[in-house]
Amino acid sequence: MNPPADAVYPMLLIPLVGVIALGVIGHSRRAGWVNIAISAATFVASLRLALGVLKHGPLLTTSKMFYIDSFNVYLLVLTAFVGLTTAIFSRTYMLDEMKLGRVSTKRLQLYHAMYQGFLLTMLLALSTNNLGILWVAMEGATLATVLLVSLYRTPESIEAAWKYFILCGVGIAQALFGTVLLFFAAQRVVRNRHQALLWNILYAHAAYLDPAVMGLAFVFLLVGYGTKVGLVPLHNWLPDAHSEGPTPISAVLSGLLLNVALYALVRIKMLADPTLGALPGELMMGFGMLSFIVAVLFLHRQRDIKRLYSYSSIEHMGLMTFGFGVGGALATFAALLHMTVHSLTKSSIFVTAGHAAHIAGSQSIDRIRGLIRTQPAVGWGLLIGTVAIAGFPPFGIFTSEFLLLVATMQSWPWLTIPLLIGLVVALAGLFRQVQPMVYGEAMPDQRPTRTSMVPVVVHLALVLWLGLAIPAFLAQWFNHATFLISGSSLP
Amino acid sequence: MTPVSLYTQAILMLAALVLFTSFALLAQARMFALIRLYAWQGTLLAVTTALVAWVTHQPRLYISALLTLGLKALLIPWFLNRLVIRLGLQHETEVLQGNSLILLGAAALTVFSYYVVMPIVQLSTLVTRNVIAVSLAVILLGLLLIIVRRKAVTQVVGFMCMENGLFFAAVASTYGMPMVVELGVAFDVLVASILFGVFFLHIRDSIDSLDVDRLNQLREGDD
Repeated sequence: MNPPADAVYPMLLIPLVGVIALGVIGHSRRAGWVNIAISAATFVASLRLALGVLKHGPLLTTSKMFYIDSFNVYLLVLTAFVGLTTAIFSRTYMLDEMKLGRVSTKRLQLYHAMYQGFLLTMLLALSTNNLGILWVAMEGATLATVLLVSLYRTPESIEAAWKYFILCGVGIAQALFGTVLLFFAAQRVVRNRHQALLWNILYAHAAYLDPAVMGLAFVFLLVGYGTKVGLVPLHNWLPDAHSEGPTPISAVLSGLLLNVALYALVRIKMLADPTLGALPGELMMGFGMLSFIVAVLFLHRQRDIKRLYSYSSIEHMGLMTFGFGVGGALATFAALLHMTVHSLTKSSIFVTAGHAAHIAGSQSIDRIRGLIRTQPAVGWGLLIGTVAIAGFPPFGIFTSEFLLLVATMQSWPWLTIPLLIGLVVALAGLFRQVQPMVYGEAMPDQRPTRTSMVPVVVHLALVLWLGLAIPAFLAQWFNHATFLISGSSLP
Repeated sequence: MTPVSLYTQAILMLAALVLFTSFALLAQARMFALIRLYAWQGTLLAVTTALVAWVTHQPRLYISALLTLGLKALLIPWFLNRLVIRLGLQHETEVLQGNSLILLGAAALTVFSYYVVMPIVQLSTLVTRNVIAVSLAVILLGLLLIIVRRKAVTQVVGFMCMENGLFFAAVASTYGMPMVVELGVAFDVLVASILFGVFFLHIRDSIDSLDVDRLNQLREGDD
């Protein structure tokens, strides 16, 4: 085995140990620190893996079970990083929740164990080379988070969790049917049937897969993984699950789960493109555009701060899906960058939204007023995060949206009009809601809360950095991944 | 007419029976009978797997057949039965509204499944074409069951029925997924069924009923 390939295993074993360890001691007051330590160790392991990929190029373990290339390596690091910063936020947040009496020690134990379980499934889904395991990990992510969505056991949260469970379960079942069809098509092409679900083998044989079966398989996989991406009209579970669960879970669902589901979809598109031509791209463009427009309109109607930002997540996932659908080097590069910056920005926004809800004692937008007066750090955090997510320069989202608009202008000029209008409407929707929350007259019963603004500051600083200059190694990964996905790269 | 091998006949027969159990699930209103039908469907799957293992000489498929029998024909039905007793739902029957219409819809879905897999016809044999169409139909009927019923237990049976359709497709058209994937899927199904059990208790505690119609607090925006 080539030495750097070993680095995959610690990255997966550490969270696995974390599940067991926190399953035992997750109720103690120090569990928050243990959670941070485990997440930090995972992050270090992912960095080690990334260094290996940087030095030696794509890695395939001897068992052929794990495959790390330029497309998933930065997503792995990003996932481990957001996992770590959210763990830092989660410690103070959950202690506060304990003090408010919203969670018992037993539920805290469940929460901590499942937090690591969720990270494990995310990292497994990203690093595996086997499309069957990818499915198992995606379903595992639902199973790990479903009890966390209903952690508060209010009727609303149980309803949200049930919806999440059934909708995502049904959706992901379609993806398994697609995977079976893909396996069926691959068996006629790949000689060794035990390797017929390995992505790198399938990629090498993609041009010979039967188009009729692949067409059917792609549609099922699009519907299946699309449900988890939150594409309209399969998005109903998303705002409920995001708003009713504990805020750290909203942050990782929005920042990580949606990304990983989109990653799975793009991997499948890479297999379908050679035989199906333009069809996969056009389907993704259609779903992406529909999600974008519907989410933008719904932004205006929200009365709950976490629902507001979960619709913003649907909007951005729609944009990314649209970008991958447009294809070509520029749009793909833009979509890859957008995945990174959206994940960082949105998780930081959920952190501040969680603090804001604690300050006001409610998630209702009408009850959250004058944050800048009550607790300036939270107010500014929310304001700057919203400025970033709305796509203002100099933040990274401006860069990726600008690139996406340019790419659309080149290949589908008339589609830039709905995109531009949508972005303006989204901007209006966000600021109309955020302005009174940040600047308005403070409510009398608002009280400052214990905050951990470190994740917010770090995330927003990174997004700012990515907006000003993309570091060389990251640009190289993006460029190479762009080449893998679209068949051409930026000059 | 060309002669059809005994194996093909047997697989087609089993496919027809699996499809029949799905229709029967849609027409059944009593909890225990629903669970029993689900167990029968699991048994049929296990028989199919064993038959494929025997004909294609793949000993590892026998393990998969045993796993299916243990999980889908015995363990999960037993678990659901216990839950129904514990929640005191033995005598509950669901009101089936417009059931003849639903069954007609189910028949239409089956025809639709055949229509969808038509393009695959050229490259495949009689067996695979029918098997893929039937499994797609079973998946869609499971979906229909989830949509038209209001009891949480029935929805779970519909969910598991979809999973059976998937499994049938994997076994009969591709001779089983790789072992590691199959184990992973079995693990997920097991965990899912336990979580469903936990949920039943939570739902009942929070709304005093297992009618998911009562889960309607979350709405969009302004109202």
